Amino acid sequence: MNNFWTYLTQLYHRLASPKHFYLLSALWIKPLIFILLILFSVGLFGALVLAPADYQQGNSFRIIYVHVPAALLSQSAYLFIAACALMTLVWRMKMAAMLAKVAMPIGASFALLTLVSGAIWGRPTWGTWWLWGDARLMSSLFLLFLYLGMMALRSAFQDEQAGIKASSLLALIGVVNIPVIKYSVYWWNSLHQPATLKLTEKPAMQMEMLWPLLIMIIAFYLFFALMVILQVRNEILRNEQKSRWVNELVQKKTDQSGAQENADV
Amino acid sequence: MHSSSVSYTKVFISQLKKDLYLSALKRSEWLNPLIFLVLVQSLFPLALGADPALLEKVAPALLWVTALLSTLISLETLFQEDFEDGCLEQMLLAGPPFFVFCMAKLFCHWLVSGAPLVIICPLLAASFYIEGEALWVMALSLLLATPSLSCISALASALTLNARRGGVLLSLIVLPLYIPILVFGSGAIMQSLAGESAQGALFMLAAFLLLSVSLAPFVLSSALKLSISDS
Repeated sequence: MNNFWTYLTQLYHRLASPKHFYLLSALWIKPLIFILLILFSVGLFGALVLAPADYQQGNSFRIIYVHVPAALLSQSAYLFIAACALMTLVWRMKMAAMLAKVAMPIGASFALLTLVSGAIWGRPTWGTWWLWGDARLMSSLFLLFLYLGMMALRSAFQDEQAGIKASSLLALIGVVNIPVIKYSVYWWNSLHQPATLKLTEKPAMQMEMLWPLLIMIIAFYLFFALMVILQVRNEILRNEQKSRWVNELVQKKTDQSGAQENADV
Repeated sequence: MHSSSVSYTKVFISQLKKDLYLSALKRSEWLNPLIFLVLVQSLFPLALGADPALLEKVAPALLWVTALLSTLISLETLFQEDFEDGCLEQMLLAGPPFFVFCMAKLFCHWLVSGAPLVIICPLLAASFYIEGEALWVMALSLLLATPSLSCISALASALTLNARRGGVLLSLIVLPLYIPILVFGSGAIMQSLAGESAQGALFMLAAFLLLSVSLAPFVLSSALKLSISDS
């Protein structure tokens, strides 16, 4: 137990260094892609073929397999960014700042995907693309705005460090506000529109419908992880371009490709 | 003697006096947002038509949204001058804790840009055919909400102090954070117009007030520190 704990703390400290993160994460990419391919093909097969059509909504309900994972992920990504922001502000971890930076646009695009897939779903189900009265729609819209504000603040400074710090603080302010915004919007809805719109009251889901959803949720989370890893690797190279290990890496690559060309000739 | 011998109250009061004196000198800074408020309000009847029933119905929403916008307008100058002439830095280096200065700045901002709304908005509401208890509810809701608005706005203004294109950025950051206050503020008036008790919404506003007044000075001081150290 003790050994395992020391192993974990060591891993954490190693991952905090950009160089080690870069070298270690190279090993994760291929397995991750492999797992993702399996999960997405099983999940989508279950979602589109095996799951029965809904008795009320017919086949249109199947967009749930994109909509719900995206909605969950857009909120979790914000929490991830806020955790990174805390680490950036408190421990000045370079790695955390880079992770937060690359996670912002990804999280924002999942928030957008939530809205778009929700609108597409709303058209056949409620007969309208958008309902100003629905609290869930409103709170996901505001989540997107919070993402956009954070990204705008991050890029508004001449000095990159200043942008990182300011947007980190804003992420922490936002994390206090997200539940407040969410519940106040829910309350607002109950104030003005007492259940005139019964939207998709979720009945207890059947097993055949539920398991593809769970697999899709796991797949979306891993997809997020893969995207963050791929982008943060670029970010590491860009940030550390003056360091020795990056130069050695580049040197090795160019040597390799040079040797390749020579062999071809 | 060591700086800890200076009482916080004295620091607070002297800073507040200085800020109030400065805003008395620069009248346009706090007067313009109020003129803006009245001006925008008077545009709505022109666009909507003069139907009293309709105006009474939309007035709480219009008043609240324009109140938010006028708070937003009052922001840009909040820390800018102190930042540029080095006052903020001096406060940071001075003996007393920085958050005491921040509290004074917040209170001054509320006095010159929040408190007038408490008086002006109910007057405007009366011109929109709202009468009776709803007017009192409106004044009370603004009294409870405007300090929270000042706190949120000051935070965002501190974060964007060094930024390029500060103005647009500020509205992008601040408006989503205003949402809960807007919901309960206009909700309180709507409820009172509908003949229900507005107590619930007012209590929620009071809760936001306590939360923001107790937390904001500290978050604000760290946001300002970030901006100052990066300049």
